[in-house]
Amino acid sequence: MRTLTYSEAINEALREEMARDPSVFIMGEDVGVMGGVFGVTQGLIQQFGDARVRDTPISEAGIVGAALGAAMMGMRPVVEIMFGDFLGCAGDQIINQVAKARYMSGGKARVPLTIRVTTGAPGAAAAQHSQSPESWFMNVPGIKIVAPATPADAKGLLKSAIRGEDPVLFFEHKMLYAARGAVPEGDYVVEFGRANVLREGYDVTIIAIGGMVPHALAAADALAAGSPAISCEVIDPRTLVPLDAPTLIASVKKTGRAVIAHEAHKRSGPGAEIAAVLAEHAVDYLDAPIRRVAAKNVPLPYAPSLEQFVLPGKHDIVAAVKEVLR
Amino acid sequence: MTLSTDRLLELYRQLVLIRQFELRAIDERRQGLIPGFIHPYIGEEACAVGACAALRRDDVITSTHRGHGHLIAKGGDVRYMMAELAAREAGYCRGKGGSLHMTDFDLGILGANGIVAGGIPMAVGAALAFKMQGAPNGAGLRVALAFFGDGATNQGAFHEALNLAGLWRLPVVFFCENNQYGEGTPQHKQAPITQLSKRAESYAMPGVTVDGNDVLAVYEATRQAVERARRGDGPSFIEGVTYRYRGHYEGDPQVYRSREEVERWQARDPIPRFRRTLVERGIAEEQIEEVEGQVLTLIEEAVAFARSSPPARPEDALSGVYGDHHNGAAF
Ligand SMILES: Cc1ncc(C[n+]2csc(CCOP(=O)(O)OP(=O)(O)O)c2C)c(N)n1
Ligand SMILES: [Mg+2]
Repeated sequence: MRTLTYSEAINEALREEMARDPSVFIMGEDVGVMGGVFGVTQGLIQQFGDARVRDTPISEAGIVGAALGAAMMGMRPVVEIMFGDFLGCAGDQIINQVAKARYMSGGKARVPLTIRVTTGAPGAAAAQHSQSPESWFMNVPGIKIVAPATPADAKGLLKSAIRGEDPVLFFEHKMLYAARGAVPEGDYVVEFGRANVLREGYDVTIIAIGGMVPHALAAADALAAGSPAISCEVIDPRTLVPLDAPTLIASVKKTGRAVIAHEAHKRSGPGAEIAAVLAEHAVDYLDAPIRRVAAKNVPLPYAPSLEQFVLPGKHDIVAAVKEVLR
Repeated sequence: MTLSTDRLLELYRQLVLIRQFELRAIDERRQGLIPGFIHPYIGEEACAVGACAALRRDDVITSTHRGHGHLIAKGGDVRYMMAELAAREAGYCRGKGGSLHMTDFDLGILGANGIVAGGIPMAVGAALAFKMQGAPNGAGLRVALAFFGDGATNQGAFHEALNLAGLWRLPVVFFCENNQYGEGTPQHKQAPITQLSKRAESYAMPGVTVDGNDVLAVYEATRQAVERARRGDGPSFIEGVTYRYRGHYEGDPQVYRSREEVERWQARDPIPRFRRTLVERGIAEEQIEEVEGQVLTLIEEAVAFARSSPPARPEDALSGVYGDHHNGAAF
């Protein structure tokens, strides 16, 4: 199969969905002429024109709110918010308007709205450009939360998001944009709520999210090559809301151990919810406490030496696995 | 108001210091001393220098992602700035903030900011405190000045902040650096008006547009706004029309503008322009060159200071999260 980068895969999904459905359009800061600050929307304004690829002012609340109104009137907007950190600027629109419109209206409002947004630390970008805000919104019913880890998933999940009936926060990890992988051509759609078992194993289940997936796979390789060899099952939930609890629970029942890895802060990060689900449904099968590998509970510092200390990595996963196997 | 020769030379020194600091930071970033992104202020120096010249030391500013010039103009020490950019413990934020978050409360620098328009409400709040605290022994109110770009005037936070300031007649000056772009999008594609000082009217404050490449024009406009604020007559809005010569960030390929456009603006460079003014006003060439020489020494010292400072210590990442819990440590 041909390979694409994660960034190219997203671009392809956007291109195909815009060609397929004239109600799909893009709005965001510098998404047109510049092709996006991370280059993801490159070439789209040339193909679809500036009415459907709209450069906006720096107005996150306005952009998201306007996308909501357009979605209610039959469009399928895809909004780009440059950094997850800036979701705060659009907070009310997302939390009180977008997520609740359908429910509050007794089901009258339709909100097919995708908010593409970057997540994760790109390195030395400090506290307002490095956050992983996925779980800020997990406590808000009504909005789906997606975190692709591979180019193929990025394409397939984005297509699902755009075609779906609900608002979606689509988190693209900045450090994955250049990652390359096989991506099916044409109409490739990945359903929400289906975790991906990336590697089968029997000693421990590693549940990894977004940017931590490559680290989890590298940790599993290292542990398999160690002595004694440790066999890790690596699972990527792919969507945090909805969460494929049955797949995660079944795996933990099989291995008896769980390590959850994400780049968000540990306290109330996505791992808190996943650990609670596992505890509720599989506690009798656990041979060791559930471990979370996550960013320490401090704002992300600028200095690379501090940042590396705060962020989780492959070695933290290896250490956590060894701990649950002790 | 006419400024003394010393003051004129001081303004010139600051203009050149900002320019040289930015050029050196760009270079040191390329060489690897500086790990993070920077948004150079080159071309816009007259805004920061002219505006801060109208402030007292106990007045405060809020700054932006393009903040190095604001810091220097408010008295920031280039040694601590360079050390911060180099992620050293001796830096302004102990290596925790970097370019986007440099702060010096002793000098009234409430912080650069990574969020566009993030500092504007903060300046309004500082002005609210100054008004509530009253004027210290008849010296007039302390004043807050918010720097922000043209792009920031399209944020809700900007409009909410101006409305509060107008409503409560707060001692605050809103200084918009209209460099005509927000990242790669030209100003005329971001707002349906081009003269941004018109925004002031709906918040019941005077708004003026000045040549942001003319340091004396900026100084004069800010001086009037600051006086008004000190007297308790409320906020003002100043738009300085200017241009950035480098990319939005260092490394920006700048596909959105032509070389000719940049060159057209380079002909209006605020620094050679002010240098000519100094000569016209009878200041000796040697005096000007002496200032230029001093600046280069300061820059060398700043780089040497940064290089010789120890890097920030990883464990320090866990301190300073809270003010009164666990000694501020993370938990
Ligand atoms: C809330 C928010 N949205 C977007 C950004 C990304 N961003 C950083 S600077 C910038 C352009 C700002 O334009 P302007 O206010 O004119 O300042 P300039 O860069 O021209 O000095 C943008 C969009 C941000 N930092 N914060
Ligand atoms: Mg601008």
